[in-house]
Amino acid sequence: MTFIPKPKIVHPALPRNARGLVRRDYEGALSTLCAGCGHDSVTAAIVEACWRQSIEPQNLVKLSGIGCSSKTTAYFVSGAHGFNSVHGRMPSIATGANAANRQLTYIGVSGDGDTLSIGLGQFCHAIRRNLDMLYIIENNGVYGLTKGQFSASADIGTRAKKGETNFQPPIDPALLAMTLGASFVARSFSGDKQQLVPLIEAGLRHRGFALIDVLSPCVTFNDHEGSTKSYAYTREHYEPAVQADFVPPEREITAEYGAGEALAVAMHDGSRIVLRKLDAGYDPTDRAAAQARVQERLMSGEYLTGLLYVGTDGGVEGGRKEFHQVNGTPEEPLNSLPYEALSPGSGGLAKLLARYR
Amino acid sequence: MEATDTSHPDYFHRVVDCQWACPAHTDVPEYIRLIAQGRFTEAYLVNRHSNVFPGILGRVCDRPCEPACRRGRVEAKPVAICRLKRVAADNRDDVSGKLPPIPKVKNGKRIACIGAGCASLTVANDLMPLGYEVTIFEQYGEPGGLMRTNIPSFRLPQTVLEDEIRMIVDMGVDLRLGSRIESMKELLGAGGFDAVFVGSGAPKGKNLDLPGRAAADANVHIGIAWLESVAFGHIERIGGRVLIIGVGNTAMDCCRSSLRLGARQVKVMARKPRGFFKASEWELEDAEEESVEIVVNRSPKAFVIEGGRLAGMTFECMEYELDARGRITAERVTGEEFIPADDVILAIGQENAFPWIESDLGIELDKWHVPKVDPVTHQSTRPGVFFGGDAAFGPKNIIWAVEHGHQAAISIHKHCQGEPVTERLAPGVNLQSRKMGMHEWSYSNDYAPVERRLMPHVSLKERFKKLNIEVELGFSAEQTAQEVQRCLNCDVQTVFAAKLCIECDACLDICPVDCLTITANGPEAELRGRLKVPARNLAQPLYVSAALPQTARVMVKDEDLCVHCGLCAERCPTAAWDMQKSHVHWPHAEDEAEASEARKPKIA
Repeated sequence: MTFIPKPKIVHPALPRNARGLVRRDYEGALSTLCAGCGHDSVTAAIVEACWRQSIEPQNLVKLSGIGCSSKTTAYFVSGAHGFNSVHGRMPSIATGANAANRQLTYIGVSGDGDTLSIGLGQFCHAIRRNLDMLYIIENNGVYGLTKGQFSASADIGTRAKKGETNFQPPIDPALLAMTLGASFVARSFSGDKQQLVPLIEAGLRHRGFALIDVLSPCVTFNDHEGSTKSYAYTREHYEPAVQADFVPPEREITAEYGAGEALAVAMHDGSRIVLRKLDAGYDPTDRAAAQARVQERLMSGEYLTGLLYVGTDGGVEGGRKEFHQVNGTPEEPLNSLPYEALSPGSGGLAKLLARYR
Repeated sequence: MEATDTSHPDYFHRVVDCQWACPAHTDVPEYIRLIAQGRFTEAYLVNRHSNVFPGILGRVCDRPCEPACRRGRVEAKPVAICRLKRVAADNRDDVSGKLPPIPKVKNGKRIACIGAGCASLTVANDLMPLGYEVTIFEQYGEPGGLMRTNIPSFRLPQTVLEDEIRMIVDMGVDLRLGSRIESMKELLGAGGFDAVFVGSGAPKGKNLDLPGRAAADANVHIGIAWLESVAFGHIERIGGRVLIIGVGNTAMDCCRSSLRLGARQVKVMARKPRGFFKASEWELEDAEEESVEIVVNRSPKAFVIEGGRLAGMTFECMEYELDARGRITAERVTGEEFIPADDVILAIGQENAFPWIESDLGIELDKWHVPKVDPVTHQSTRPGVFFGGDAAFGPKNIIWAVEHGHQAAISIHKHCQGEPVTERLAPGVNLQSRKMGMHEWSYSNDYAPVERRLMPHVSLKERFKKLNIEVELGFSAEQTAQEVQRCLNCDVQTVFAAKLCIECDACLDICPVDCLTITANGPEAELRGRLKVPARNLAQPLYVSAALPQTARVMVKDEDLCVHCGLCAERCPTAAWDMQKSHVHWPHAEDEAEASEARKPKIA
């Protein structure tokens, strides 16, 4: 962290987005994380993506649980709505908020502890429900806030700062999400904003549950030799498989994407994700094959990154009905519906009850 | 791009925009920090080391530092560097004990300086502590040169001027007042001097030879000569309606002086539109505050005489066509105008004149009849004769004359010691970390969002009562406290060690002005366009690191808008970024003397 706030001065040449805002208008409070924390870079990537998407701050909802990662939501878009939930319970809050108002954009930021340990059940069910949100995991393999114990994502053989070795198998959130039927699964690295920012943009626009597992090194407890989640190790074992570029509706897909090697996936609002395969043998639209490939690379110690899976089948975006389609929630926020529409009245209640007789 | 060579002293010097722009390389951020700490005497001495006349310059410097100031690019207005200098000068204690000691035993070398202006005084200031005997010949009865004769006392009080001149004269200078040098040949022929320095200024104001000039002579004055007569009390009145021809800084002094000598209506006549004025923006503002009217696009045509005396002047009304870059491409006359006047002052430039330098002395003159002077050594074509100030390269300003004095002093020393004048010490730079702890720096790194303070003036009612009422009151304590915080401490440099970088992006993310980028290397022009915010100010360099250890990309810093807040260094987990104070060492004669001493064989 720093002792002085980031000065409120803006480079006069800073570009403005469709709403006339500069990138700095999407910043939040001053980060109190350790200097060099990967999470701060993820924050900067979210700021950049929200700016590029010209999101109106009041239409954004930031949700988190507990942990270093969960502090992130305080550090971007200070004009947005925010909710810091109980440890691991962020998906429940997201579900409730989403049910009440589907017009907002939901972004949840969690960590490997908050998601894969205490919150694993909640995480799985959010995927099952295909909740319309972007779920970012800042994954560093340790419990940083309690001084560096192995987390559920620590790899076998990785060493803690004080020297002990981990022997328990990790839970890989990307593989887990694919298994549970998630419609948008990505992995990236806090040190690669070129890859991460378009993924966040696409994830924000995706209708349904979008997961981005971001390898985000803990500079204090997990950036040493012997760690499999340090900056240096991640860079060495980092294999971009699919570059996903977000193309907004008003922009054409240019010829820079050679025919045959790029695949455009249409989204509900007319924007597209252009996938460029960097690994020729990889198919990000085939769930089973993608899963097998990610697993195979993990076994040999490589992190496959990029947009690992995006559903394109079934006639709905992501290949599966999302939360609102399943539940038939109204388009309008509940607080804008008239009382008559919200309450069935005594006649309606009698009818409802009659069904159970 | 190649990795930036920060070992070259110019690199970090250039980042300190104000110091780089100052001809005398005044360590501006350092003295502003000293003022912030209330250490006015030390601040004064830091100034004096470079510019010799802080009290004078704090009022009347042409301040090339201010247009260069980085704050002016971050916000609209630069730091009030010049007026902060005055704060140090006005609040200092007695410095007589803190000036360099003057050796009692002289080194046997005698130097003659012609003209007791700022250039000659600087030569004396630099050479007296080294044991030289310096004689200054001055034509008038008072020292100071143009500082005394051409700068009105409502801008520069006499006490300030005399105080700073006395500091130098009291070093034991043999000051010969009322001793005009009529012949260089005599001076050189008489012997007794090992070197001669000519600092006689550019004392000849330009005339305007138009119809009626001769008949109107009694009421047409040459600007600098008129100011001189005002300064010495020879002129105490002027007519009610005065026209000033020309819009340089001399014109501003003429119009404001006229108002104090009885003029009721003063017009400054400009041939061209406003963007072409030679006067500094702030001098124009001060004149206009006193209701001086500046009339543009009027080209003088003739002096009009009625009843044997000046009645006014006719002007041609001009119209100009400008191109996209604001340059004049065509001009035409659209009419004529008569403007009545009781007096006219010509302030259209000045020249140097050397009728007293004989042609057979080996001092070569160029086609404009001014001596050929080496721009580095200030030596003329005759070894041992040096020129500085306006006498060397035409009219500039005080701060340039001071630097000429410093450089000429080095040459004079080398000439007298039998060393080649061209072999001079190179400037150097020292760096020292300002880190005190995890988040502590030994400088105030926070950005103060304060606007430039306005200089308080004596009321318009009061200021015209006497000629010598100083108009600017100086900053109050509160104003000073705020203005000093506007300095961005550009001399506390961001220094990067590529081998320590883990490419976590922390510095990029925290930088408030987005001046950092980690990217693949490339040619400069292309790289500039690829930065987080494209680096469009080509006058400011890029700081490019060596290849980074993990990805072989490079760290690029655009020096343009860095506010030196140190957040990159605070956020850096490996201390790859550090904030280090640069101290630029610009050699003076004393350093050359030390170096000569060090070269001498030691006798045990």
